[in-house]
Amino acid sequence: MGIVSPGFSGRRRESSEKLPPGQYLVTDFPVLSAGPTPRVDTGRWELRITTETGQVHRWDWAAFQALPAEEPTVDIHCVTKWSKLGTHWRGVSLDTLLADVETSAGFATAKSYGGYTTNLPLADLVDGQAWVAFDFGGEPLEAEHGGPARLLVPHLYFWKSAKWLQGIDLSDHDTPGFWESLGYHNYGDPWREQRYWGD
Amino acid sequence: MARAAVLGRLTWRVGTVAALRDETATARTIVLDVPGWPGHLAGQHVDVRLTAEDGYSTERSYSIASAPVDGQAGPPVVELTVQRLADGEVSPYLTQTLAVGYPLELRGPVGGWFVWNPDGPGSTRPVLLVAGGSGVVPLMAMIRERAAAGGRAPFRLIYSVRDPGALLYADELARRERAGDGLEVTYVYTRTAPPGSGQPTGRINAATLASAGWPPAESPAVFVCGPTGFVEAVADLLVRGGHGTGAIKTERFGPSGGKP
Repeated sequence: MGIVSPGFSGRRRESSEKLPPGQYLVTDFPVLSAGPTPRVDTGRWELRITTETGQVHRWDWAAFQALPAEEPTVDIHCVTKWSKLGTHWRGVSLDTLLADVETSAGFATAKSYGGYTTNLPLADLVDGQAWVAFDFGGEPLEAEHGGPARLLVPHLYFWKSAKWLQGIDLSDHDTPGFWESLGYHNYGDPWREQRYWGD
Repeated sequence: MARAAVLGRLTWRVGTVAALRDETATARTIVLDVPGWPGHLAGQHVDVRLTAEDGYSTERSYSIASAPVDGQAGPPVVELTVQRLADGEVSPYLTQTLAVGYPLELRGPVGGWFVWNPDGPGSTRPVLLVAGGSGVVPLMAMIRERAAAGGRAPFRLIYSVRDPGALLYADELARRERAGDGLEVTYVYTRTAPPGSGQPTGRINAATLASAGWPPAESPAVFVCGPTGFVEAVADLLVRGGHGTGAIKTERFGPSGGKP
């Protein structure tokens, strides 16, 4: 526990079991990104998974939309402290996308239109833990929130859920991504409050 | 003074409120003495943690308003400018309850992207700063840093606010601009312009950016900070105006006060 702030009682007591340490609830959907929002036309959109041996699996928008989709309802936690509970998405499970991908890689780097990258263990993308989402709250995902499609990995801080997803590179080696190179935690588990290097 | 954007582990430190300055009717600057502060870069932020007597605690992020070096000897000082949100949990405490001598827990500096470094590569490039409301805070740290470090990069600030009463750092900006050493400020009033100024009200548009910013050919470094809608609109205008997406760094905060 920190030192007591004199005169502070806290107006809200929303420390529900669903809220990781240091987080607070929002009902809106704040945006965190480092530059202008890329505008990606689905006519030119392509998702690419590249294995550690260089084998490439590609989906254009029509092929991607033809895959079986799921509708996860999940809690999301941003490293900037806001959490949003019970968000409703539609997307393709990474288990589906990886079904025909031959790999023994341990790590993945998600790459975005616009150049953003983020790294995570491949184990965190499989077994029903991650989706490529294209619909939020029943509407097509807006560009500022990562549309046409973004990664959704709700059990990690939300910067791992790369917006404007273009591809996923699989590798035997772990390579820190954009925020991970700028002082943010390499793994980012909100329940262990892994916000920054050394947390 | 350490100048690394990010140092090692970020430990919680206890600062002491050395002074408080009201900037507007709803915004206050908190001057903190922070023993052992490792230094920061202009544009970085800190996490602040408040703890109630029953152990309940909550955290928020706030931009640092002060330059890493203020040109004076003495212990490092960290200044935060906090805008009170009507429905906020933390900002009312920081702007109304907190008093001189109170302790305040913080850790940082955080963020190695939205920074301007007078010693960094490209530090003589022209700089365009575009602020929406209290988004001016990290940009003010850059303006102060430029002055403290004797930086020669020409700076232009386009500052959009609701009305003159909402301006943060109005006197200081006017003084720094009068100094005539390469800072130009353009104010855009969305609702009410200064009485008698005859200035129209409205939002920043392509014409504003063309006349008060830099041409893309000058390869300016661009920093945009404000509410999400503001940043989205300005960044789109800049890209359409020919600025490279890689030259535009943005920082956004939502109505909730969530901030990168």
